[in-house]
Amino acid sequence: MAVVKLQRPQLKLGEKIYFGALVKGFILTLGHAIRSLRGKSVGAKDLESSGLGVTMQFPEQRWDSHLPDYYRGAPALVTDEQGRERCVSCQLCEFICPPKAIRITPGEIPSDDPWAKVEKRPKEFEIDMIRCIYCGMCEEVCPEQAIYLRKDYLITGLKRADMLHDKKKLYEIGGVRTGLVNKWNELK
Amino acid sequence: MSDTPSATAELKLPKDLAAEKGMVNVQIDGVWRQFTKGTRIIEACRSVGSIVPHYCYHPKLTAPGNCRMCLVQTGMPPRPAPGQEPQRDENGYEPIGWMPRPVIACANTVAENMGIRTSGELVEKCREGVMEFLLINHPLDCPICDQAGECRLQEHSVGHGRGVSRFIDMKVKKPKNVDIGPRIRLDDERCIMCSRCIRFMDEVAGDPVLGFTQRGTHTTLTVHPGRLLDSNYSLNTADICPVGALTSNDFRFQMRVWFLKETPSIDVNCGTGTNITIWTRGNKIHRITPRQNDEVNSCWMPDSHRLNFHYIDGENRLSQPLAKNASGLHEPTTWSAALASAASAIKSFAPDQIAVIASGRMTNEELFLTRALAKNIGTQHLTIVPRTGEADHLLIAADRNPNTTGAKLVWENSAPSSKLDSIRSAVGSGDIKALIVLGEDLVTDAGFSSEDLSKLGLLVQLHTLANPTASRAHFVLPTAAFAEKRGSMVNLSGRLQRLNRAVEPTGQCRDDWEAIRDLICAITGDKHEIHHIEDVFKSIAENIPAFQNLTLSKIGHQGTQITETGHKITLLENERARKAAGLVNG
Repeated sequence: MAVVKLQRPQLKLGEKIYFGALVKGFILTLGHAIRSLRGKSVGAKDLESSGLGVTMQFPEQRWDSHLPDYYRGAPALVTDEQGRERCVSCQLCEFICPPKAIRITPGEIPSDDPWAKVEKRPKEFEIDMIRCIYCGMCEEVCPEQAIYLRKDYLITGLKRADMLHDKKKLYEIGGVRTGLVNKWNELK
Repeated sequence: MSDTPSATAELKLPKDLAAEKGMVNVQIDGVWRQFTKGTRIIEACRSVGSIVPHYCYHPKLTAPGNCRMCLVQTGMPPRPAPGQEPQRDENGYEPIGWMPRPVIACANTVAENMGIRTSGELVEKCREGVMEFLLINHPLDCPICDQAGECRLQEHSVGHGRGVSRFIDMKVKKPKNVDIGPRIRLDDERCIMCSRCIRFMDEVAGDPVLGFTQRGTHTTLTVHPGRLLDSNYSLNTADICPVGALTSNDFRFQMRVWFLKETPSIDVNCGTGTNITIWTRGNKIHRITPRQNDEVNSCWMPDSHRLNFHYIDGENRLSQPLAKNASGLHEPTTWSAALASAASAIKSFAPDQIAVIASGRMTNEELFLTRALAKNIGTQHLTIVPRTGEADHLLIAADRNPNTTGAKLVWENSAPSSKLDSIRSAVGSGDIKALIVLGEDLVTDAGFSSEDLSKLGLLVQLHTLANPTASRAHFVLPTAAFAEKRGSMVNLSGRLQRLNRAVEPTGQCRDDWEAIRDLICAITGDKHEIHHIEDVFKSIAENIPAFQNLTLSKIGHQGTQITETGHKITLLENERARKAAGLVNG
């Protein structure tokens, strides 16, 4: 590897004592502070500032409406228009999950169920939200369009058990999602 | 032979040199090699590391050649004109005239000066075409299919498929989720008509209940009307099914195979000692499948043995040492307390009043320590419990103890179960007052009555499961099941094989050999010097001639023949007959 020798820049006297730079920085900061107090910070309006700078006062104020479509919040299971649970417990998300947050217990759909054709669905589906790193791999790997990262970001609990999302909770967060590929209808 | 070998070697052509050994010269992917005459092309390619993709071919079954996946390009030297000498290159091989049409590798044999190409444009195109045809009517329900992860169709689709379908018509509908037998589920849409299961049931299991009906794309695998796929070997069809058409009811939707860890071990349900693979995730066993060993079980195993593992984490499993209290109820205790009080109770009897009843299901190491236990106590009353059933003329032996031969060798006693009757009558007459029972249930399996056992002054039992004997025992010590321990056993034909630990013992269960060692130490009051099971095996190797120079690791996954008993495994005899008749490759 070639070695490139760099020449240090020759500083003038004013630069050497750097007092001027300090003053310059101080004036800049002061300008921002004054603008902030007057409620005229740049972007304060767009970011729904509380009146002091651009800061939003959480939790009184929420940025929910600012979340982009690609925001990655809590993973959740969805049902489709026909009310079918999309997940067939193929366990690919459990396999891909980097922090091993997902645990699925597969089960069989009884023959008298209207969706008996699908044969398989999760008996239990648990996501440990203490482990989840919101990477979205589960959504990406899902061959059934069954798991999505929603915009829920306030996942809190007082006990470890509170942080374990079971199947019921996951469908509650996920809700119904329309316009998905319908690969289990009669025509296939 | 001439004195000048160089002179004769010049005259001898490669074909003559090979013919002397009964072999032929074959060029595979550009490299000349020698193979025995009559070798199938697919086996020849496999042996040099060029795996030819295939579905219907199985080395233990006949090759009907109906999947067409193993197409390869071959070539032979062109036939010389009359009077023309064949051309040869500097090494003496004739030039190969490549045929424009591929042949199947599974049903064709190698020939002298043959050329085989397992890759190249023609072969790749053929594979791609076959894959496209196979996938036309395939439902592509991999997310719910149990075979996903070990499916040949998935693997070859990645390796040789197009990636996208050009098929726009309706797929052919066939029966799904068909109940064709008590242990097997059939999905006809997934079937690729390889006929492996049909051939297995016909040729190996001897119960030809499966067959094809209809024609063309409507070909359907069915079971004979009025019959079920209920043979005790039916689950082998699920093993050899290259796709998810036949799946096991027991393993259905339990766990995806890519989570499972494989542990090679052996089956302990009969004297054959079938080689198995135990598939586990965490501390749970999900399934057991046969492991190939051409000296023991070929590629197969009976269903009854395969499914006999659910007791390991069942309700009856013992998980902590128990001792009977003054009011006759079992109370949980600790290992050290149980061993100490059991030892002091044993010492309160005269040696002649104590009997040790071991099990033919114990490993050589455990049996060796059991003999040491009896010796330390000073009793001559030492036996195993015989366990017989009906032989099924394939793999299941009449002797249902997996280690009777081992007991004979390790105890240096040709009839290790001979003393059981005398012990039983001595218990009945009150001459024997204390029993140490290792891994056996005396009431169910050894013909002891409950009254006999209630006469005893002391009953110590080591077992994996709660049982009628345990309920009468003063001390119950929980031990490890076959999948939870290491050790070695000798099967009926004299092959020394290894058990491996697939899961950790449940609760406070201990390895049997450790429990016996600790009991011996508690009786003698010595400090033990055996720290590993290898140490136990080492002392066996030092003391028993048949085990000389062996260690646990030297046994290997395929076992080591240590004695000849003359026992024949019928299934292997059948297979060798089929091989001798040229029906299978073996």
